[in-house]
Amino acid sequence: MIERLPLVHHSRSRLAAGAVLALTVSLGLAACGNKDSEGSSAKSCVDTSGDTIKLGFLNSTSGAMAISEQTVRDSLTLAAEEINADGGILGKEIEFVEEDGASDPAIFAEKIEKLLTGDCVAAVFGGWTSASRKAMLPVVEANNGLLFYPVQYEGLEASENIYYTGATTNQQIIPAMEFLADEGVETLFLAGSDYVFPRTANKIIKQYAEELGIEIVGEEYVPLDDDDWTTQVAKIVEAEPDFVFNTINGSSNVGFIKAYYEQGLSPETSPIISVSIAEEEAPAMGKDVTGQYAAWNYFQSVESPANATFIEAFQDRFGSERPTSDPMEAAYTSLYLYKNLVEAADSFDVDDINESADGVTFEAPEGLVTIDGDNHHIAKTALIGRINSDNQFDVVWSSDGPIEPDPFLEGYSWWDASAE
Amino acid sequence: MDSFTTPLLAGTATGALLLIAALGLALTFGQMGVINMAHGEFLMAGAYTAFLTQQVISNTDISILVAIPVAFVVAGLLGLLLEMTVISWMYRRPLDTLLVTVGVSLVLQQLAKDIFGAQGDPVESPGWLDGNVDVFGYNWPYRQMFTIVLALVSLCVLAALLKYSSFGRQIRATVQNRDLAETVGVRTRVVDRLTFFLGSGLAGVGGVAVSLISGTNPRLGTTYIISAFLVVVAGGLGQLKGTVIAAFAVGIATAFFADWTSASMAQVATFALVVVFLQLRPQGLFTVRSRGLA
Repeated sequence: MIERLPLVHHSRSRLAAGAVLALTVSLGLAACGNKDSEGSSAKSCVDTSGDTIKLGFLNSTSGAMAISEQTVRDSLTLAAEEINADGGILGKEIEFVEEDGASDPAIFAEKIEKLLTGDCVAAVFGGWTSASRKAMLPVVEANNGLLFYPVQYEGLEASENIYYTGATTNQQIIPAMEFLADEGVETLFLAGSDYVFPRTANKIIKQYAEELGIEIVGEEYVPLDDDDWTTQVAKIVEAEPDFVFNTINGSSNVGFIKAYYEQGLSPETSPIISVSIAEEEAPAMGKDVTGQYAAWNYFQSVESPANATFIEAFQDRFGSERPTSDPMEAAYTSLYLYKNLVEAADSFDVDDINESADGVTFEAPEGLVTIDGDNHHIAKTALIGRINSDNQFDVVWSSDGPIEPDPFLEGYSWWDASAE
Repeated sequence: MDSFTTPLLAGTATGALLLIAALGLALTFGQMGVINMAHGEFLMAGAYTAFLTQQVISNTDISILVAIPVAFVVAGLLGLLLEMTVISWMYRRPLDTLLVTVGVSLVLQQLAKDIFGAQGDPVESPGWLDGNVDVFGYNWPYRQMFTIVLALVSLCVLAALLKYSSFGRQIRATVQNRDLAETVGVRTRVVDRLTFFLGSGLAGVGGVAVSLISGTNPRLGTTYIISAFLVVVAGGLGQLKGTVIAAFAVGIATAFFADWTSASMAQVATFALVVVFLQLRPQGLFTVRSRGLA
């Protein structure tokens, strides 16, 4: 049945085989390489004399992250248009300069330098992956600029030149663990992508689980670009955990969810709590994920006058089919917080803004948010949602009011950053 | 028991998937000597075909069965187009082909992003593939059995075609000695094109199987291309037998390593194992004795 075939250019093919191996290895290595851009120490060139003020929107509108970051760009655009219609910031109309980060940290570094020193914008809004933020950080610090970063992340960072309007770990991961403890969960399985956020999150989860008396019955990681979760899910079946804590990112979630249902798991047996599946992702799983949980600080279903206004304005502007999600809301909020920061300082100068930043508030769609002047994060309320059949989230648990940001977890006695 | 049956069965299914992806390469790379780095994108094309078929035929029980032949034709035609426009100018220049097809692969990925968006689209499993059967404590999904059956059927059809059909004889003749084949009247250019169509089409079928694991996304092909080349090289060029054994060996070894260590380590370990193996046996599992002068 199986053919035996001689080959003409035998030696050449073997050479070619070697070349393929060499190329694939070098391609893999090149993808890991990444250079930091050097920031120049130019003085601020922001022009505040005219009727307009320039702001930079730096999001990936091409590449792998475009689908997520375009939603952030849209809500930033909406916020800018609303503020302009309402008289601008300190009477100046916002003129926004748009740049594409192209899903590449090196390009983020390059573009933010261009925005700060070439376009002379007063502040930049954007970034999504931690890699993009880490690449922009030295540039924005060297130029004494301002960056507003709208996505939940792994914490352990605070810069004078960055305001973090997404959750840090004590506003998402730790409340999620409190929810699990309230639910009477005794055994937990950790599933994550193999990179900085899930590794850091799981380190926190493991230490807190010990404090709460929750047993970790398994911990599995799969590389970001690998979608086959079969073997790892088999371990979940074997471990029979009360809950699965999911820190998987991106399209790898699809493979995980499919394998989970294929092997007979369900929300009745071992429900999943996720930190990166929101309104946008839930319908893209190829399986009905009703009954699974997610931890965020905002859901489209949040009932507040500010949220009703936000959803209506967004859907009027971009289409009634578009859902609103946590990072979109955090980006929308970041522009309004900037307006309030400038008006509190009565200045566009970065040092003046930082001086009077502590306690600046905004009545956001997620609820009242307040800036912490020390670490530049904001106090946010933590929410746990359960997915319903419309791929919306029913809020089933929330923290007692906004949680003070604590990016370095200094207020948690069980936390030991140096432990393995 | 679990720590043996789970990786064995899951690994066999992974191996089956690698086999479908590698069968096409065994033809175009192993037989024709063309290094086509865009082969992974034909898998991607197959996956998107499964998604599109599902948009047209909403009954998922049927659509996946329709998707298999459609994906074969779609990916095959893409391959044919690539052969006619690019590769046919580069026969006997393997390194040039390699570089150009890497470019083609990037172009196809960006094209998929522009058409379908960077986020993947879901492909729903048909009802008859939902569920699993308990094999010594492992809930073996029907989907994995389906992948194995699909791979074996593809293999048998291809092997029979090569052995018994006149087209198969022409391929073998062309591969053995192109000049001599031409002198006895084989139109080798036509044979090249049809071989390329067949190899690319097989990747399309593999893409349908992949779409059942992870839906579609533009990077889907890059996940499999390296492993597929690994399988063909380790199996030995010019032989399907080696490809089959290597595909299942790589799949099962990766699953066992993943069970013992982690998924990331498993990739490293399998890669290292194949590199060591090729050091000891550079020609791969099976060699072909050729009387060709080249």
